[in-house]
Amino acid sequence: MSAERRFEIVVVGAGPAGIAAACAAAESGARVAVLDENPAPGGQIWRRTTSGPAAEWLSRARRARVEFFSGASVYSAAISHGAPASARFELLAEVNDAPRRVCAGRVVFAVGARELFLPFPGWTLPNIFGLGGLQALVKGGLPIADRDVLVAGSGPLLLAVSEYILSRGARVVGIAEQASAPAVRRFATGLWRHPHKLAQGIKLKAKLAGVPCWNGTWPIEAEGESMVRRVRLTNGVRSWAVRCDILACGFGLVPSLQLPTLIGCRTHDHHGQRAVTVDDRQRTSVENVFCAGEPTGIGGVDVALVEGLIAGYAAAGNDSAAIALRARRETERRFAERLHRAFALRPELRRLAEDSTIVCRCEDVALRDLVPCGSWKDAKLRTRCGMGPCQGRTCGPAAAHLFGWDVRDTRPPLQPVTVGTLASLST
Amino acid sequence: MNSATEAIPIEVNGVAGQVPAGTSVAAAAVLLGGGHPVLRRSITGMPRGALCGMGTCHECRVTIDGVPQRRSCIVECQPGMRIHTDER
Repeated sequence: MSAERRFEIVVVGAGPAGIAAACAAAESGARVAVLDENPAPGGQIWRRTTSGPAAEWLSRARRARVEFFSGASVYSAAISHGAPASARFELLAEVNDAPRRVCAGRVVFAVGARELFLPFPGWTLPNIFGLGGLQALVKGGLPIADRDVLVAGSGPLLLAVSEYILSRGARVVGIAEQASAPAVRRFATGLWRHPHKLAQGIKLKAKLAGVPCWNGTWPIEAEGESMVRRVRLTNGVRSWAVRCDILACGFGLVPSLQLPTLIGCRTHDHHGQRAVTVDDRQRTSVENVFCAGEPTGIGGVDVALVEGLIAGYAAAGNDSAAIALRARRETERRFAERLHRAFALRPELRRLAEDSTIVCRCEDVALRDLVPCGSWKDAKLRTRCGMGPCQGRTCGPAAAHLFGWDVRDTRPPLQPVTVGTLASLST
Repeated sequence: MNSATEAIPIEVNGVAGQVPAGTSVAAAAVLLGGGHPVLRRSITGMPRGALCGMGTCHECRVTIDGVPQRRSCIVECQPGMRIHTDER
């Protein structure tokens, strides 16, 4: 990619929503680029997947002549009001440590989500991973064969990742689901409304036969010296220790809002999280800016795909195609609502951290340092919480969950960049 | 991902080895480090390893070819890469 490029439509994020948006826009005649910071398109769910829907969508995108730029970490976005409408949006990306400027008339943010990490004593020990995190790392070659893996957290992803872990030669010593047994049962019995998902669930359960599953159970402490050795679980009545080499822990997802917020998109509350507000054509509150997938409210791959299509069609001015998908979007969103209700996080999870538990892993800020702070901003100024390399991506959602703080404060650069890149930012 | 038979020569903390093409730097550091998961020390000296696996948390920062603070989970190994872990 040369130093500056122009496209009619730029999609940020190459997961299901971004790929679908790019397909829809390009098939409607627009010149489309997709910027993504991973080594290859696919996002988190389709990472290194070379078959099935992932492969079909990617070949559809290639047929539509979508241009993919992988390894492109977008660290800033701005609206240049003086520029012609066809180049109003200016995105700054770093590709292999070199800055790139990409201009577009319309932008689709399909920037996905990240995992919610909740601090508990010992959670910073090596070999404790996010749930999707472990899966992503194993896909990147992390060895887990013959290891004992404990899986904890909430939602169907626990089962999906457990099955993946088994398929890679590890043992799953147990699955701790924080949602209560009745909540999980209600969710399962309601699945007849979504036959495709019911079939997936039955298949997963069969593959996990023999693996202990504890509902209404969550981790309270991890122990070990230079890596995790034991994890203490509780069901609220009694607690017990489980020996493991690896803990994969996922309490759900958090919409990625940095880029949409930076450019001024309005957000709203969605099941206790901020989410980008969009209309029936995935338009945000900022003209010519569209948003699709997890940033509009966690909904999973099927919501992401249909929202991506709608956003792509609408961005390319193909409104009739966008509107035609409204009913499908509602159906997929209904399933997501059922998930949110069944796997809502229990209040006990807010009280896992002890005084000495690290909350901000970049700056090693403990819970006791945050308790006297009145707000996220106060915490940042007094403790440097959220001021490290991750810019609060990990501790921000945790602090929002623990203290109810509003943690929105987005300033470029969104990622640490080289000094040379920073210098070019000011020119 | 390239075929798994293709081996990429790299060096982790001065020790030469090979990993399959497509291996992330984070995975390579563990593979060639005998399964040891510590990739860095925190600012107060605590051992840390990869967490999010998707470039968000920055816990897997290592030095690659002399450039410090690279997110090892989203960088793929390239032939001749020199990786240094466990740095403050």
